[in-house]
Amino acid sequence: MAIFINEKTPILIQGFTGRIGTFHAQEMIDYGSNVVGGVTPGKGGTSHLGRPVFNTVKGAVDETRAEASIVFVPPPFAADAIMEAADAGIKYCVCITDGIPAQDMIRVKRYMRRYKKEGRMILTGPNCAGTISPGKAMLGIMPGHIYLPGRIGIVGRSGTLGYEAAAQLKSLGLGVSTSVGIGGDPINGSSHRDVLEHFENDPETDAVLMIGEIGGPQEAEAGLWSKEHGKKPLIAYVAGLSAPKGRRMGHAGAIVSAFGESAAEKVEILKGCGVTIAPTPSEMGATVAQVISKLKKVA
Amino acid sequence: MDIHEYQAKELLSKFGVPIPRGGLAYSPEQATYRASELGGTVVVKAQIHSGARGKAGGIKVCRNEKEIEDAAEALLGRKLVTHQTGPSGKLVSRLYIEEATNIDKEIYLGFVMDRASERIMVVASAAGGMDIEEISQKQPDTIIRVSVDPAVGMQQFQAREIAFGLGVDPEIVNKLIPAIMGCYRAFRDLDAMMVEINPLVITKEKQVVALDAKMSFDENALFRRPHISELRDKSQEDPRETYANDRGLSYVGLDGDIGCIVNGAGLAMATLDMIKLAGGEPANFLDIGGGASPERTAKSFKAVLRDKNVKAILVNVFAGINRCDWVAKGVVDAVKELKITMPIVVRLEGTNVDEGKRIIQTSGLTVISADTLAEAAKKAVEAAKKAA
Repeated sequence: MAIFINEKTPILIQGFTGRIGTFHAQEMIDYGSNVVGGVTPGKGGTSHLGRPVFNTVKGAVDETRAEASIVFVPPPFAADAIMEAADAGIKYCVCITDGIPAQDMIRVKRYMRRYKKEGRMILTGPNCAGTISPGKAMLGIMPGHIYLPGRIGIVGRSGTLGYEAAAQLKSLGLGVSTSVGIGGDPINGSSHRDVLEHFENDPETDAVLMIGEIGGPQEAEAGLWSKEHGKKPLIAYVAGLSAPKGRRMGHAGAIVSAFGESAAEKVEILKGCGVTIAPTPSEMGATVAQVISKLKKVA
Repeated sequence: MDIHEYQAKELLSKFGVPIPRGGLAYSPEQATYRASELGGTVVVKAQIHSGARGKAGGIKVCRNEKEIEDAAEALLGRKLVTHQTGPSGKLVSRLYIEEATNIDKEIYLGFVMDRASERIMVVASAAGGMDIEEISQKQPDTIIRVSVDPAVGMQQFQAREIAFGLGVDPEIVNKLIPAIMGCYRAFRDLDAMMVEINPLVITKEKQVVALDAKMSFDENALFRRPHISELRDKSQEDPRETYANDRGLSYVGLDGDIGCIVNGAGLAMATLDMIKLAGGEPANFLDIGGGASPERTAKSFKAVLRDKNVKAILVNVFAGINRCDWVAKGVVDAVKELKITMPIVVRLEGTNVDEGKRIIQTSGLTVISADTLAEAAKKAVEAAKKAA
């Protein structure tokens, strides 16, 4: 099962023939992802990495029945590429692009609401490392080999901190069902809570590690959702303890601008929701392991 | 990206937001000349990227030439410390000379990118003059919130609702609406992240004017707003940050003594957290970015070393797309080229980690290796304490 993608999911690469698109498309193919083609406007009809290139996403979907796509399009054109995917009937889209203007993302989110919820494309990112269902498929730019297949779900804003978590889990013999990057931008496709809902319904996921950071309301929102609706244990780490107020820490969205947005405040809110907190970033794996061993004892 | 009050006012006035008459001055002579153009009582306002300038003595009401000269001399070239600038303050190199306003009523008017609703949100209050945190503590009932549907933009009726909600006279409502709509259009058309008019004043002559104005812009959108990029004032930035940011590094200066070089913003924040938890203080946040090439690594070392408080450096790289051997080579080259003598702790993980560690170990340099994030932080804190 896993969520969003598996070994069968037919994948399109948007921004296929560019340097970055080419490099990561090859990595995904090598990992075993079912890449069925790509889109680069103006290069339709040619072939790249042994796969057909299309001018439009619609044309590509008609021909290949692609269900997922990954966007490597540069920031000025990325919002347009996401909307094109949504309109062409892509079910799941990952946007890797870093640097999309916030108002473009507001437009994307508003645009996607024109589709009924059941048929609406799920977007994760932008400014993320993508999604991987270890051993099945990779739709992202992560190093696939650090993920062990298993039953822990990961959702996080950051790429490399997510790798850190996966490596810690692997060293403890714990594997991952799916790891989803939601990205570091203030306006993103899916929130922590959106992804938690999917993990909740996935029979192959036993517990979820949420890696949050300063800024925005999404960690707290996820905690409240988990308290109300979540049956699976949720473990969390929130990065940015030492971030001064009003300073942007790398990610466009990593800025404390209101009450409840600092790491300490988020941790308090999450604790109040019954979420298990990893006390330090080097104990994310160990904290998950403790929760899992308790689960087993109860079972 | 933040801009000065006078720049924000100039931009907003083009969108129909009424502002008092005023002019810029770089010297006491210019200040008195500007004042003579305006006539009457003027206000001399220090231009720095910070609020609460009044409380810090950065805003002075002057009635004659002597007072203007004194105010200008006292402010120009001085560092103004407010509760928003930090203890080192911000340099005043420009003054804005503005006609005095007869204030009858002060209104708070703010526009923000609301992350919960994913829309532009208008926040207004009849309790202007205080900052919004203070208003939400002391007079939360006065706050009016209106969110704008991005598909159609702000509508007249929404501005009208805000204006009537503020409890002003009907004749003032008609003057407030263009000010509110103007701010919204400026926000939308210029890719702002924040517009704040505090206070928006109703004068005794029944006019509406923006007495102060703050704007902040989406850095991701500057590629299409070159005339906004032009407004950047590097003198208002931490010089360490200007140096690093001009070289494409994402850097934030902090007050500690452990320099940090990390790939990825999240891992960088986590590394700073780990240093704190190990009893140390980080000197900076630095995200080296995806392609941690030897050149970028060298640049990062240079940026970190510009901070003279740094006593030890922690390099933490989780190689995904890039490779540890590449990063290791960059570290070795940088240490040799820059003749760095302070302790350096290196923690590598991910692709080609063994080769990376071998390069460090056989380099002949006294680089301290660490295997885990916790160990790296502990060793860096110890090294910094020893060097202090």
